[in-house]
Amino acid sequence: MSITRNASTALNRRRLLAGAAAATTAMAAPAIVRAQGGMLKVGVLLPRSGAQAGIGQDCYRGVELANPIFKSIGLPELEIMNADTETNVEVARSRAEKLIADGAQLLMGAFDSGQSSAIAQVAEQKGIPFVINIAAAPPITEQGYKFVFRNFPTAGMILGDAFANQKEVFAATGVEPKSVVFLHVNDTFGTAMKNGVGAVMPKFNMPYTIKETISYDPTARDLSVEVSKAKAAGADALLVVSRLNDAILLTRELVKQRWSPMGILSMGPGWYEDQYLKTLGKLGDGPLSFVPWYDPNKKLSKQLEGALAKKYPGVNMNTNHIYTFEALLVAADAYKRAKSTDPKALADAIRATNITENVSTGPGISFDEKGQNVKLKNAAIQNRGGKLVAVAPKGATNAKAEWPMTAYDKRR
Amino acid sequence: MPAEIYLNVAISGLLTGLVYGLMALGLSVIFGVVRVVNFAHGEMMTVAMYLAVVLFASLGLDPLLMMLPIAAVMFAVGYAMQMAIINPFISRPEHSQFMLMVAIAIIIVNSLLMIFGPDAQAVQTSYAFDSYAVGPVIVDATKLYAGLAAILVAGALFAFFRYAPLGKAIRACADNYTGALVVGLDVKQLYALSFGLGAACVGAAGAIIVLMVDVTPPLGPAYTLLAFVIVITGGMGSMPGALLGGVLIGLTEAMAGLFFSPSAKSMFAFAILVLVLLFRPQGIMGKKPT
Amino acid sequence: MIARLLHGVPRHAMALLAVVLAVLAIAPVFANDYLLTVLILILYFAYTGQAWNILMGFAGQLSLGHALYVGLGAYTTAALYVHFGIGPWLGMPVAILISVACGAIIGFLAFRFGVGGVYFAILTIAFSEFVRIGFDHFDWVGGSSGLFLPVANYSRNDVVHLRGQPVMFYYVILMMTAVAFVMCHALLRSRVGYYWQAIREDEQAARSLGINTFRYKMIAIIISSGMTAPAGVFYAFYYNNLFPEQTFFILRSIEIILGPIIGGIGTLFGPVVGAFLLTGISEGLQELLANFGFDTPGAKRVFYGVCLLVVVMVLPNGIWPPIARLLRLQRRETPED
Repeated sequence: MSITRNASTALNRRRLLAGAAAATTAMAAPAIVRAQGGMLKVGVLLPRSGAQAGIGQDCYRGVELANPIFKSIGLPELEIMNADTETNVEVARSRAEKLIADGAQLLMGAFDSGQSSAIAQVAEQKGIPFVINIAAAPPITEQGYKFVFRNFPTAGMILGDAFANQKEVFAATGVEPKSVVFLHVNDTFGTAMKNGVGAVMPKFNMPYTIKETISYDPTARDLSVEVSKAKAAGADALLVVSRLNDAILLTRELVKQRWSPMGILSMGPGWYEDQYLKTLGKLGDGPLSFVPWYDPNKKLSKQLEGALAKKYPGVNMNTNHIYTFEALLVAADAYKRAKSTDPKALADAIRATNITENVSTGPGISFDEKGQNVKLKNAAIQNRGGKLVAVAPKGATNAKAEWPMTAYDKRR
Repeated sequence: MPAEIYLNVAISGLLTGLVYGLMALGLSVIFGVVRVVNFAHGEMMTVAMYLAVVLFASLGLDPLLMMLPIAAVMFAVGYAMQMAIINPFISRPEHSQFMLMVAIAIIIVNSLLMIFGPDAQAVQTSYAFDSYAVGPVIVDATKLYAGLAAILVAGALFAFFRYAPLGKAIRACADNYTGALVVGLDVKQLYALSFGLGAACVGAAGAIIVLMVDVTPPLGPAYTLLAFVIVITGGMGSMPGALLGGVLIGLTEAMAGLFFSPSAKSMFAFAILVLVLLFRPQGIMGKKPT
Repeated sequence: MIARLLHGVPRHAMALLAVVLAVLAIAPVFANDYLLTVLILILYFAYTGQAWNILMGFAGQLSLGHALYVGLGAYTTAALYVHFGIGPWLGMPVAILISVACGAIIGFLAFRFGVGGVYFAILTIAFSEFVRIGFDHFDWVGGSSGLFLPVANYSRNDVVHLRGQPVMFYYVILMMTAVAFVMCHALLRSRVGYYWQAIREDEQAARSLGINTFRYKMIAIIISSGMTAPAGVFYAFYYNNLFPEQTFFILRSIEIILGPIIGGIGTLFGPVVGAFLLTGISEGLQELLANFGFDTPGAKRVFYGVCLLVVVMVLPNGIWPPIARLLRLQRRETPED
């Protein structure tokens, strides 16, 4: 694994000066350094170890690409201070405190709703702005916080757009499923989505009914029973909310148990990720994912994609990169307008954000009074030949959807 | 639901259970003989799984073929661990053993994370997507091979303990420690051999399981727990018991997932464990303590 | 009663204790919020460690599922607050009751049927996991999508509802830990304490002396589980969100027992010293590795594991006993004890 160094040597020097031995010296100083001018110190909190390590490290790629691109579009570069939340709420909280004590003027993170919640509390207490890159649980922006901003759709928003995009795909191809079986992972995200489906779906007049709902354990290593049940439900298509490993397991079982549904409608991560495509090859084509995504026609998208391809060839650009990058974009843009590193000024600047030249699908980045970007639109993407194409919504596509899906046994 | 579903799921549960049983067999040997509470059991299996992944990725060698070499490597690892670190802990209280193994587990898991990274690694053989259709019943090919391999290895182990002089010596040690000493058996050596054997068992199980399960560094603890549940249910110190326990748990989980909510199927394994502990603590096939 | 508690405690031990307490009491004046957060974590583990220590160190039963009681305490008060607006101090008795009920069930099932040692440990894990999965499906408390407590503003410190600055939480947990400490000291000195030690050393012998081992083991698990519940209450109101996956997770149970085992099982100071040491090592390693630019995830925990390994191998009874001997803090032996 690579051994990376903190972006700033000044920070290292200060720490080294503070004391040779590790623990107490750096911790005892109560000062919160407020610099005037100079680079904005952004504390980045991501799960780099623990259960979500893979995702955290993927998000970090978005961080690495940020500064060079900012420079090229006239935005100030940011001084990044890294912290590992270790996929743990307590660690997330104490890391956030530590970053602030070390002088962070803005926090960004943390992928997971639980950890983001903990960090949000610290940020609000200290009056330090916190820009959330990815976390879908609705309660975070319902707490009346003044310093917390989320540029990511809530579960409700993801669902609403998912249903709208599905109807668009069915209309475009002329084929629609009459019934689906709904398979979902029983964790925070999966359950939030399931509850959301019950609340949101009736408003959209979908052509299908959910014949059966099957939930499974996120740590399950064997999904044969679940797929057996799903197959036995006799539905046309598969509606699914899962994670990466489950997506791979499920696909394998679908092939082994010889069930090729009309198609796979995924409303979460997993089915479009690089690991999925690489592991399954031809068998990975076809699933439609309804996810927060980027607009391939926007200029900044093409720039980000190009930078990613150069630094990490073979890695498809995905939600993790896009939204992590955009969170930093918000920070840099706010800093440019606020012309100060004072946290309150930054927070006010962020609240007034209006970025139309961005990456994600939708009219752009702006926040309502709760700190939520309600204008985000989600896309429908499809796996095709080991790559990902955007097939909905209209205006942000670069391909036509293929529906129904080619049967698995025809591909081997 | 159509009837063949029950059959499909039951067969799947049975085959998976056999592999679990093999893994638990290793623990049965370790705990039954050496009396060490091996809370790093699952982690040891994870190491074996990574070994299989590396061999497959670099040399294209099928894990089923590599089962023996991997088991041999794990044997050496287990033997060394017992001799070097674990031996002084045999007479120590359980919580000390537990702490020792927890520390070892933490080291293993995080070293694996540093070396291999957090992404799941898979071994996708050419037959990874195959299945056999026997009438309306569909049997997963990989699971079938895995189950057969598990039976083979378990059989070899049984034969060893029953017929080989070394095997009998180890059993003697387990049954009556003082007696074994009196008779002049080198107990320390036998303990190391036993731990090595248990590790080899878990190594073989790992090589087999990697065909069905993708490996990540934090995979271990769940399997450690599973191994304990199986060994206690089947009977501590009884090898057929470990296999039986594995099959029982495998079947229960599968059928529970079918009838109830799959996300709750682990509850049944724990419920069985509680029942066994309360009403038949020596396990299904264990010997009642004298 | 105070005289009885202080009887036999060497004077310089009392002085040392007073100094430590004083330092902890005025720590917020000197410490920044990060250090406070760390101290809160340390005291939290010292508290739960003490509670666990009663069952293990005093009565000799290894419980590996103590996160169960923390979780029950947390969810009970959180649910009462979210659904009925009942504050944490009012909800605490309910939380303790539920926790104790659970502990009593486990204890009764285990001790009546003679389940001990490793089997008991596995039984506690089984119960903990069972409840975890159960809560995952328990929609009234949010199921697996979690229970979020509404977070109020931070300008006021509201002790009644446990809403406020870290400083307030610090003093709450400090008070809780101090109370736990005194309670454990009193328990150790009492008749119950002596019976526990007898049972821990040799249960058969204790029984042959006429001690009702079942009764005293039950008392141990009841007190231990009941004492652990308030830690859950604190946890819920400090972190403001609960997920069954994290709250009842087996790694949590292991975290709870690391402190006492490293510090010294069965001793009074063990859990506290252990908690300080472990968190200190953890944060210290973090600093050390960061200073050397070592950003590889997992490296810190490898070193952490190695430290644990070394301590377990070299100091099997924990760190506190040798320190106590060094500082001559042992109780003087008096004939009437």
